[in-house]
Amino acid sequence: MPEFLNILNLDAHYGDFQALYGITLHVDPGEVIAIIGANGAGKSTLMRSVSGLMKDGAEAIRFQGQKIGALRADQVAARGIALVPEGRQLFPSLSVEENLILGGQLGRKGPWSLKRIYDLFPILEERRHQPSTSLSGGQQQMVAIGRALMANPDLVMMDEISLGLAPVIIKQIYEALPGIVGQGMAAIIVEQDISKALSVSRRVYCLQEGRVSLEGASNSVSREEISRAYFGV
Amino acid sequence: MDWLNAIIQGTLLGGLYALFAAGLSLIFGVMRLVNIAHGDLIVLAAYLALSVVTATGIGPLWALVIVVPAMAVIGYVLQRGILNRVMGEDILPPLLVTFGLAVIIQNALLLGYSADPQKLDAGWLETASVKIGPFALGLLPLLTFAVAVVVVWGLQWMFYHTALGRAFRATSDKQDIAQLMGLNRAHVFGLAMAIALAVTAIAGVLLGIRTSFDPSIGGSRLIFGFEAVIIGGLGNLWGTLAGGVILGVAQAVGAKIDPGLQILAGHIVFLAILAIRPRGFFPRIDG
Ligand SMILES: Nc1ncnc2c1ncn2[C@@H]1O[C@H](COP(=O)(O)OP(=O)(O)O)[C@@H](O)[C@H]1O
Ligand SMILES: [Mg+2]
Repeated sequence: MPEFLNILNLDAHYGDFQALYGITLHVDPGEVIAIIGANGAGKSTLMRSVSGLMKDGAEAIRFQGQKIGALRADQVAARGIALVPEGRQLFPSLSVEENLILGGQLGRKGPWSLKRIYDLFPILEERRHQPSTSLSGGQQQMVAIGRALMANPDLVMMDEISLGLAPVIIKQIYEALPGIVGQGMAAIIVEQDISKALSVSRRVYCLQEGRVSLEGASNSVSREEISRAYFGV
Repeated sequence: MDWLNAIIQGTLLGGLYALFAAGLSLIFGVMRLVNIAHGDLIVLAAYLALSVVTATGIGPLWALVIVVPAMAVIGYVLQRGILNRVMGEDILPPLLVTFGLAVIIQNALLLGYSADPQKLDAGWLETASVKIGPFALGLLPLLTFAVAVVVVWGLQWMFYHTALGRAFRATSDKQDIAQLMGLNRAHVFGLAMAIALAVTAIAGVLLGIRTSFDPSIGGSRLIFGFEAVIIGGLGNLWGTLAGGVILGVAQAVGAKIDPGLQILAGHIVFLAILAIRPRGFFPRIDG
């Protein structure tokens, strides 16, 4: 198996506060993994570290055989890692379509285009000229996902895409996922919704207070293992 | 009739103030930077034009062909070389650095050009006028106003219809997330400063044709620019043009009452508007 994403002993800090302790994990090419864990466990911090928004792991993060830990976020993006950030984080001054175009402005080649995004989420085509923040939460999440896909990344990371959405919307978005990641693109799905996370992933990592507390195949980890890893009891 | 004439002259003068202000407005809109050196950069541009004119013998408006790109390059280098290093959560460090820069520019100009007043000579353009009804309108003020409208329209179009404008708006909204999309903030900021100083170059040349200048006048140009930006509403370029016009009219009407009142009348109107509409007349809707 060629190297894809390899994280070895990653620490991360906010000032004096240490948020991650020696995280070690890997993603294989085209693989979907899930990262679960309670609020404050460090999931978003891990996403920020990989995407270059935090500068802690200069030596710790390797992508496709190269160290990327010291790169700026735009350089990481250019190498093919895209993030759907927690809380969507759309650009309010940009229309729906402009948000999507901005996601693709690095010009990486691949299957995703405006047309493909609109095929996947037809409602976005209807709303394309509206300010992105005028959409419902679920539609905004579709824009955030579409914006990341427009980059045609080799690895897409989705941070709690079900957060704050109605169950029926969550179901709709998760039904779209296999069509997204089934085309050779690897994915890291960060979720608090454990069953959703397990249903779409091959392997799962659980974080607890900044450490990996469980690692296993998504179809074989047991409920008890997970609750122990989740809550530390 | 005299009053109407004052209002018209003030409106045209407002075009020049809008040109002082447009760069400030752009920089503040994109990167929340308050550039204290802006007025001195306008004066620097006027002196650059003077040097070009002296060296080549071309007219000052033709000198724009050299001064505009030169100021743009200065802006990009200034932003990436100095200002980006101090930009962050705290707005005070960049404020102090641009203040220091203002002092440096003034002293460098004193050394290079002395304190003697200078002027850019545009020949017949300075005295030509067109008669519209009972009013004689100077060609230069008319040209200045037209340039201001075109510049504001151009900046606005760039902002809302080009990839660069999209990058500016995205970076202004959320710097981190824009970086995630592959936009390097340092470069985007550099381009914003380059465009701002390109506009400054136009403002400086038109200023230097209109009045004499010396190295010390940057401060008051900065104030006029600020007042226009704030009257119009932060981060709105058409508002900035309107702000310049309001300021220009206030000054012209003030001067009509008493020549000594010109500048003071502008400040008073500015303060009054600040008291009634602290966010200006046309503030940006979001954010
Ligand atoms: N900007 C920040 N400054 C300081 N501490 C932070 C910041 N963001 C997160 N933290 C802390 O880091 C820890 C991990 O947070 P986070 O990665 O957001 O967790 P999760 O995404 O798993 O909920 C938490 O204790 C949180 O309080
Ligand atoms: Mg989180």
